[in-house]
Amino acid sequence: MKRVLPVLTVLCGIVALWYLASVWLNATWVYDQAARDGRSVTFSQMVVETQSQERPLLPPPHQVGAELWKGLTAQAVTSKRSLVWHGYKTFEATMAGFALGIALGVGLAVAIVYSRTVDRSVMPWAIISQTVPIVALAPMIIVLSSKMGIDSKLVPKAIIAAYLSFFPVLVGMIKGLRSPDAMQLDLMRTWNASGLQNFLVLRLPSSMPYFFASLKVAIAAALVGAIVGELPSGATVGLGARMLQGSQYGRPLDMWAALFAAALLAGVLILIVGQLERLARKRMGAAG
Amino acid sequence: MILVFAALAIWLAGWALNMALARSWFGESRAGRISIALIFGGTVLLVWELLVRGLEVSPVILPPPSVIGGKIAESLPVLWADFVQTVLKGALSGFVMGCGAGVLAAILIDRSPFLQKGLLPIGNFVAALPIVGVAPILVMWFGFDWQSKAAVVVIMVFFPMLVNTVAGLQASERMQRDLMATWGAGYWQSLWKLRLPAAMPFIFNGLKISSTLALIGAIVAEFFGSPIVGMGFRISTEVGRLGLDMVWAEIAVAALAGSALYGLIALIERGVTFWHPSQRH
Repeated sequence: MKRVLPVLTVLCGIVALWYLASVWLNATWVYDQAARDGRSVTFSQMVVETQSQERPLLPPPHQVGAELWKGLTAQAVTSKRSLVWHGYKTFEATMAGFALGIALGVGLAVAIVYSRTVDRSVMPWAIISQTVPIVALAPMIIVLSSKMGIDSKLVPKAIIAAYLSFFPVLVGMIKGLRSPDAMQLDLMRTWNASGLQNFLVLRLPSSMPYFFASLKVAIAAALVGAIVGELPSGATVGLGARMLQGSQYGRPLDMWAALFAAALLAGVLILIVGQLERLARKRMGAAG
Repeated sequence: MILVFAALAIWLAGWALNMALARSWFGESRAGRISIALIFGGTVLLVWELLVRGLEVSPVILPPPSVIGGKIAESLPVLWADFVQTVLKGALSGFVMGCGAGVLAAILIDRSPFLQKGLLPIGNFVAALPIVGVAPILVMWFGFDWQSKAAVVVIMVFFPMLVNTVAGLQASERMQRDLMATWGAGYWQSLWKLRLPAAMPFIFNGLKISSTLALIGAIVAEFFGSPIVGMGFRISTEVGRLGLDMVWAEIAVAALAGSALYGLIALIERGVTFWHPSQRH
C-alpha cells in the first residue's frame, strides 16, 4: 500500500491535468463553432462540448479509453479494424526482431570475448552504429527488401527491430561473459575443464543476470523499432500504420487509441520478460 | 569476377593485419586501438565497393561508396540545409529544452519523497514506451515546421533525463551529506556543492542516451509532415524516387551528426567528471 499510494496519486494528478488541458485546447474550436452558428455558449456549456468532439485537438481520457475499448473488443479480433489484429502484427515483427537481435548480440558478444581482434575491430563500430539514427535507414530497408523479392512486410520491420535491440544484449553479454573472476577461472583450470566446458558451465551461467537485465531494455527497443518500421512504408497493418493513417485522414481518436494500444503492448512485453527473469533466477537457485 | 576475388583477398589481408596488430604491443596503445578500428572500417568500405562493382549490383539496390561520396560532394548545399533544419533547429533545440526540463523537474521532485516514489515508477515505465508514436499528434498541434520536431524531441528525452537525474541526486553518500550538515550548509548549498556534482555521471549518462533519441525523434517526426527541407523529408522522398545515393548521403550525414553529438557530450563529460573512476585510466 505504501508503494501504491504515491503512484496512484501521481496518476490521478496526470489524469486531472489531462482533463484541464483538453478543455483548454478544445475550447477554441467550440467557440469558433458557436460563433459560426450565431449562438453564444456559457462556460459550463463549453466545458461539456469540449469533452465529446469528433475531432478534438486533445481528446479527454474517457474518449481515448472508449475508442481503445471499441478498437479492442467491438469487432472480431481477426477483423482489419480491430486493434488486437494490428497489435498482433506489430507483436510478430517485434518478436522476430527481438529473436534476431538476441542471436546477433549473443553471437557477437561471444566472438568479442574470445577474440581480441574482433573486440578491437568491431566494438568501436558497434558503438557508432547506435549513434546512427536507425530511422534514417528504415525507408531504405523497406524498399530494398521489396526489391530483393521479399514480399513479407515482416522482414524489414524485424530487421529494424533487431538493429535497435542487439546493442543492449551485446553490451550486457560482454559484461556477463567477462564477469567470472580469476579465482573461478583458476578453479575451472584445476578441474582440467576444456574451453567449451568453461563456457557452458562457468561463463554462460554467470552471464544470465546481465542477460536478463539487458533483455528488458532490448524488448522495449525492439517494439520501438517495429513501430518505426511501420511508419514510412505506407504500410497498412500494425499499430504504427494505424497512427500514420489516423494522422493522414485527420482522425485523432484513432491515433490516440493506437498510441495507447502500443503502450499497453509495451507494458505486457516488459512484464513477460520480467516474469521470465524471475523464473530463470529461481531455477538457478537465487533466493526470491 | 576478378573484383570479387580482390574483395576476398582484401578482406583476408585486412583481417590478418588486424590480428597481428591486436597481438602486438602496438595494439595496446591508444593509437593502436584507433588504427585497428579504422583499418576494419576501411576494409569494409573497400570490400563493399569491389563487391558492388564485381557483382554488378544495380545502383538502385546498393550504390558503391565512391558514388555516395561523389553525391555528398556535389550536393553539399542541400545536405547543409537539411542538417540545419533537422539537427540544429529540430533536434538540438528540443534536446536542450527537454534535458533542461528533465533536470529541473528532477530537482523539484527531489524535495518530496512522496512525489519521487510516485513519479519514478511511472517515469521508468514511460521511458520504455514507444514515445515516437506521439509524433503525429505533435505535428498536428505545432504545424509542419521545426517546432513540432523539437516538441517530439522534448517528450522523448524528458523521461530518461528525469529518471537518471533523480538516481544521480541520490548518489552522494550519507557520510558526505552529514558532513555538509555539520558545516551548516543549507539545502541549496548542499545541492549545489555536493549533490549536483555527485549526480553528474548519471546526468551525462542520460544526456548520452538522449542524444541518440533526439535525432531519432526529429527524423521520425518529419515522416508525418515537414516543409520541403529536412533529413527525414529528403530520405522519404528520395527513396520514393529511387535516388539511393542521396539517401545514403543523408545517412552518412546523420551518422556523422549523431557521432559528433555523442562525442561532444563525452568530451564535456571528461572535463566535468574528471574525478570519477571511469574517467581515470
